[in-house]
Amino acid sequence: MKKTYGIEVDCANCANKMESAAQKTAGVKSCSVNFMMQRMTVEFEDGADRSSVMENVRHNCKRVESDCEIFI
Amino acid sequence: MNKKQRQMLIRIIISAVMMVALAFIPVQGIMRFGLYLVVYLIIGYDILRKAVGGIIRGQVFDECFLMATATVGAMALAIYERSGDYTEAIAVMLFYQIGELFQSYAVGKSRKNITELMDIRPDYANIERDGKLERVDPDDVAVGSVIVVQPGEKVPLDGVVIEGDSSLNTSALTGESLPRSIQEGDEIISGSINMTGVLKVRTTREFGESTVSKILDLVENASSRKSRSEDFISRFARVYTPAVCIGALLLALLPPVVNTVLGNAAGWEVWIYRALTFLVISCPCALVISIPLSFFAGIGGASNAGVLVKGSNYLETLSKTKVVVFDKTGTLTKGTFEVNGIHHSAIENERIIEYAALAESSSSHPIARSLQREYGKALDRSRVSEVHEISGGGVIAKVDGRTVACGNDKLMRSIGVEPIPCHSVGTIIHVAVDGSYVGHIVISDVLKPHSAEAMKELRKAGIQKIAMLTGDAKRVADDVAESLGIDVVYSELLPSDKVDKVEELLQSKPAKAALAFVGDGINDAPVLSRADIGIAMGALGSDAAIEAADVVLMDDDPLKIAKAIRISRKCLRIVYENIVFAIGVKAICLLLGALGIANMWLAIFADVGVMVIAVLNAIRTLFVKNL
Repeated sequence: MKKTYGIEVDCANCANKMESAAQKTAGVKSCSVNFMMQRMTVEFEDGADRSSVMENVRHNCKRVESDCEIFI
Repeated sequence: MNKKQRQMLIRIIISAVMMVALAFIPVQGIMRFGLYLVVYLIIGYDILRKAVGGIIRGQVFDECFLMATATVGAMALAIYERSGDYTEAIAVMLFYQIGELFQSYAVGKSRKNITELMDIRPDYANIERDGKLERVDPDDVAVGSVIVVQPGEKVPLDGVVIEGDSSLNTSALTGESLPRSIQEGDEIISGSINMTGVLKVRTTREFGESTVSKILDLVENASSRKSRSEDFISRFARVYTPAVCIGALLLALLPPVVNTVLGNAAGWEVWIYRALTFLVISCPCALVISIPLSFFAGIGGASNAGVLVKGSNYLETLSKTKVVVFDKTGTLTKGTFEVNGIHHSAIENERIIEYAALAESSSSHPIARSLQREYGKALDRSRVSEVHEISGGGVIAKVDGRTVACGNDKLMRSIGVEPIPCHSVGTIIHVAVDGSYVGHIVISDVLKPHSAEAMKELRKAGIQKIAMLTGDAKRVADDVAESLGIDVVYSELLPSDKVDKVEELLQSKPAKAALAFVGDGINDAPVLSRADIGIAMGALGSDAAIEAADVVLMDDDPLKIAKAIRISRKCLRIVYENIVFAIGVKAICLLLGALGIANMWLAIFADVGVMVIAVLNAIRTLFVKNL
C-alpha cells in the first residue's frame, strides 16, 4: 500500500534526513521524499494502521528537522 | 517571493545596514558588544533557536547547530582576545542566511517554471445545460457526458468528437508545433488546445484516467525515483558533516596539546579559530540541493520537448546509452501496410483478399488492418469461425465453411502446402484454401520520413551500435536495414525471440554502456522492461506503452530518441560538474582553513558561493530547445 503526502521542508538535506527518519519508523516499508515536488511517498507494511504510522512518521521527522511539516 | 522569504529579506537588509552603520560608530567595551549582539540576534535568532532544539533532541550534526557553534565560538574568541571584532560572526550568519534565501527562492522559481512548462492541467470543463454553458470541475464529469470545447480552451478530458471540426495544438504534449486537424468521429486527447472551431465531445474517460492526468502524474513522480548520483550525494552528506565536525574537534584539541607537550606556546585561540572555520564549511546543503534540482529541471525540459522520462534514474541510464535496438514496425517504419500486389493467384484476386481479410478479421495487427482496408467492404464476421492465431505464423480460420490459412511460409509448410517464393520485397502473405495454395499477397511498409536522419543523429550522439529486431521476413528486414545503415539485423523473430536477442545483445555490450530498446509499446512490453532503458514511441493515447516503458516519446518521430539522449547527457554533465565543483571547492577550503590561510569570511563565501553557482548551473538543464 503506497500513499503520497504533501510536505513542507526548506532544504534538500533536511528532506534527506526526513526520508531516513521516516524509513526507520515502524510500519513503514519504504519511503521516498521528493524535495522538488515537496512530496513524501510512503509504502506501508501489510496490515499497518496508516494514520497511526503517519503520526509516528511526523513525530520522527520533526525530531530531525523541527521546521518540517507533513500534511496527513 | 512568499511571506517567509520576504521576512528573511527584511531581516537581511536590516542587519546588513546596521552592520555597516556600526562600523562607523566608535563605541567601545560592553556597549559595542551589546550593539553587535542585537544585530547578531536579528539575523540569527531562528538558527540559535533551532540549534538549541536540536541539542535537546540529540541532533548534533544539524546545520543550525553547526552555524550556531561556529558563530558563538567566533564571538567568544573576539571577547577573549579583546579584539572587539564581532563582524566576522555576524557576517557568517548573514551570508548563511543570504545563501538559504537564494536557495529557497531559486528552487521555488524553477519549480514554478517547470510546472508552467507542463501547463496542461485543464481548470474546467464546459457542460451544456438548458442551452447555457456551465463550467464544472473536470473531475466531476462522468464518462459518456457531452462537453463543449471552445476555441482557445484546453481539451479537459479524452473523448470522441461528435460535432464540429477544428485544428488542435498538441505542442504541450508532444513538442510538435504543427497543428492537427480533427473532425467528427475523431478521437481527441486531453491537454491539447482547441484552436479554431467549437467542438462537442463525448468523453470516453474520467479525469483521473485521462491522458493529461496520466502525464502529469508521471512527470511529477519522476523525480521521486532517485538516480545513483542522488543516492551518492545523500550518502556522502551523511558522512561528510560528521567527518568534518570530528576534524574540527581534532583540529581544536590536538595541535595545542602537542604544542604543550613539546613545551611550545599552546596557541589555543589560533586552533580553535581554525576549527570554527571547519564548522562553517561542514554544511552540506550546497552539495545536496543542486543534484535533485538538475534532474528535476532536466526531466521538466525533456517533457516540454515531448519526451517523458519516468525517473531521474532513467535519465541517468539513458545518458550512458551506447547500443540502441529498434523494433522495426511502427518505430522505423510507419506501420501502415499497403497491399502492393497479388501473385500466382489460382482464383480471382478479389476472392483472395476477401478470404484473407475475413480470416484476419479478429486481429488488430497492422497487416490484418491493411488487408481489411484493401477489401474495402464491411466485414461480415458471421462468415468466420474457428479462428486460430498461430504466433509468428499467421492465422487459420473457417470462412464460409472452407478452411483458410494465411500467413508466412512456415505456416504453409506446417499444414503441408508448399508456398511459391516471391521476388518483391515486402511481407508476403501466402493464402491456402482447403489445403491448396491459391497465391500470395505482397504487403509492404513505408519508412518514416525521419528514420534515416534519426540514425545519423544517433551516430553523432555517440551511439556505437544500432540493431533492429523484427518478426518480418529476412529480405524485408535487410532492405530496411541497408537503407538506414543499421549494423545488426535479426529477422523472422517470434515475440519471445526478441527478448532472447536483447538478452544476447545485453551480454555482448561493454559493461558500462547501456542498451536502449525502442518499440511502439504494442506486443513488446517484455522487451521494453528487459532492456536497460525501454523507450516507447507514439505513446499519445496508448496506456500500455506508458505503463511498460521507462522513457515515453509522445509522438512517433524517431529523431526524438537522439534528442532524449542529448538531453540526458547534458543533464548528467551538469550533475557531475556540480558534484566535482562543490566537493572540490569544499576540500580546498578545508585544507586552506586547516593551514590557517582561509579565514571565516573566505569559508562562508566559499560555502554560499558554491551553492549559488551550483544552483545556477543546475537550472541550465532546463534549456533543451536547441539541443
